[in-house]
Amino acid sequence: MLEVNNLHVYYGGIHALKGVSLSVPKGEIVTLVGANGAGKSTTLRAIAGLVKPKEGTIRFLGQDITHLPAYRVAQKGISLAPEGRRIFPNLSVRENLAMGAYARKDKAEIQKDLDWVYELFPRLKERERQSGGTLSGGEQQMLAIGRALMSRPALLALDEPSLGLAPLLVKEVFSVLEAINSEGTTILLVEQNANAALKLAKYAYVLETGRVVLEGRGEDLLKNSKVRQAYLGE
Amino acid sequence: MTFEVFIQQLLNGLTLGGLYSLIAIGYTMVYGILQLINFAHGDIFMVATYFAFYLVAVFALPWWAAALLTLGLTAMVGVLVERVAYRPLRNEPRISLLITAIGVSFFIENLAIVTVGARPKGFPTPKLMSQVIDLGGIRMSGVSIWVPLLSSVLLVLLLFIVYRTKVGMAMRAVSKDVEATRLMGVNVDRIIMYAFALGSALAAAGGMMWASKYPQIQPLMGVYPGWKAFTAAVVGGIGNIVGATIGGFIIGIAEIMTIAFLPQLSGYRDAFVFAILILVLLVKPSGLLGQSLKEKV
Ligand SMILES: Nc1ncnc2c1ncn2[C@@H]1O[C@H](COP(=O)(O)OP(=O)(O)O)[C@@H](O)[C@H]1O
Ligand SMILES: [Mg+2]
Repeated sequence: MLEVNNLHVYYGGIHALKGVSLSVPKGEIVTLVGANGAGKSTTLRAIAGLVKPKEGTIRFLGQDITHLPAYRVAQKGISLAPEGRRIFPNLSVRENLAMGAYARKDKAEIQKDLDWVYELFPRLKERERQSGGTLSGGEQQMLAIGRALMSRPALLALDEPSLGLAPLLVKEVFSVLEAINSEGTTILLVEQNANAALKLAKYAYVLETGRVVLEGRGEDLLKNSKVRQAYLGE
Repeated sequence: MTFEVFIQQLLNGLTLGGLYSLIAIGYTMVYGILQLINFAHGDIFMVATYFAFYLVAVFALPWWAAALLTLGLTAMVGVLVERVAYRPLRNEPRISLLITAIGVSFFIENLAIVTVGARPKGFPTPKLMSQVIDLGGIRMSGVSIWVPLLSSVLLVLLLFIVYRTKVGMAMRAVSKDVEATRLMGVNVDRIIMYAFALGSALAAAGGMMWASKYPQIQPLMGVYPGWKAFTAAVVGGIGNIVGATIGGFIIGIAEIMTIAFLPQLSGYRDAFVFAILILVLLVKPSGLLGQSLKEKV
């Protein structure tokens, strides 16, 4: 579904991605793990069209989307829940979710998806009219995921959805991701919490200073001694 | 002071306040979205009065048609300024944008001086505005009835657009997080264009009414109203539309009341306006309805 090939991204003089390649097959959960600064966010931002790669290609559903502006990428069906949640604090919860569905015109279906998001995150329904900025960190993360879902994406990309959440909430978020996936949404998940991510994901890539240094099935990487040492604190 | 005089002065204050509000909205919308003080906004207000002047006095259009055309043409000027001068600098340091805005302001003023001349022109005030109305024994000019009324209608319309429509929602989203708005599939360039169009059209409405009240137009006429409207936007909390509206009325009413109650100080009316600004900023630096810069972790 998504094919990233030999991606190079620079921030001024900083060579942040040095030839990243990865692929996300339809219907699966693929994860990208790695230490802080490895280039995980940059990879997602390049896919979403927020940063322009100097070299390499990104193909989505058979189309070259490498040079599309971010809003066109979103309209093609890639939804990114960015690092740090980035919900709209001045908009109500309901409006935040409506923003997620901005490019859609199928009103009846939007309402259905709204009900579905409220079902996934009942807390959001309770706070429907509150402005996003008044939510707790965990609720904001749920809102960010719900908002990303409202575009009914073919591919849902998430950048560290568990960051800063209490362990119980992390579990809740991961089980929701599993539920979303089982209903047919393909997921590309970036996580520092490698343990949980590798358990969830079918396939995983390990990123180090802008390069993919290891890849394989999630369960295999969990057993890999190098991974255990570097990312699972053993 | 008699009751009649008080009512008249209050209406005068509401008139001036409504006009400041209409202009202030344009400053605050652009600032909210681009963090840019659009110094050219007062000049766009001036340009609108010339559009109306030529459409009515030279092309002899009926006023309603001239007014609608002026709104549209001025909106286009605003959009053009954004497209040509500001958009190419969107990712440059703020200071470049600010200096460009000052440049655009001088450019429009001087272009006007060269094309239409520096000499003031008499504005063809519509009859509606110039006739005297008798309101239960209190005699008032049409301006001081119609301007507060029309500006209120326009302000409510704008609030409706910003708070109750999809485009308005996107404007509020852009003002907080441009990148996240892009991720929602929103063409942000287009939203910014709409904001400039709306702000400029309101300035045009303000300009036509201003010129009806003070029926002399000249190329630098936008400078002082522009500054005061900007002050109103800051007093209300820059970036906040409701704030700009309230700020406009506060400044307008304060200015008129200064003249009415303290006529010996009327030479200081402008100083008084800026004193309000300093006072508000001392007590609440973010303006009356401005948010403090605290962020949730
Ligand atoms: N906006 C930016 N400007 C300059 N350098 C950046 C920027 N964003 C990220 N970087 C650099 O790019 C590298 C990769 O960062 P990032 O993709 O955020 O890593 P990760 O998400 O894996 O922590 C880091 O060295 C980081 O310092
Ligand atoms: Mg990151």
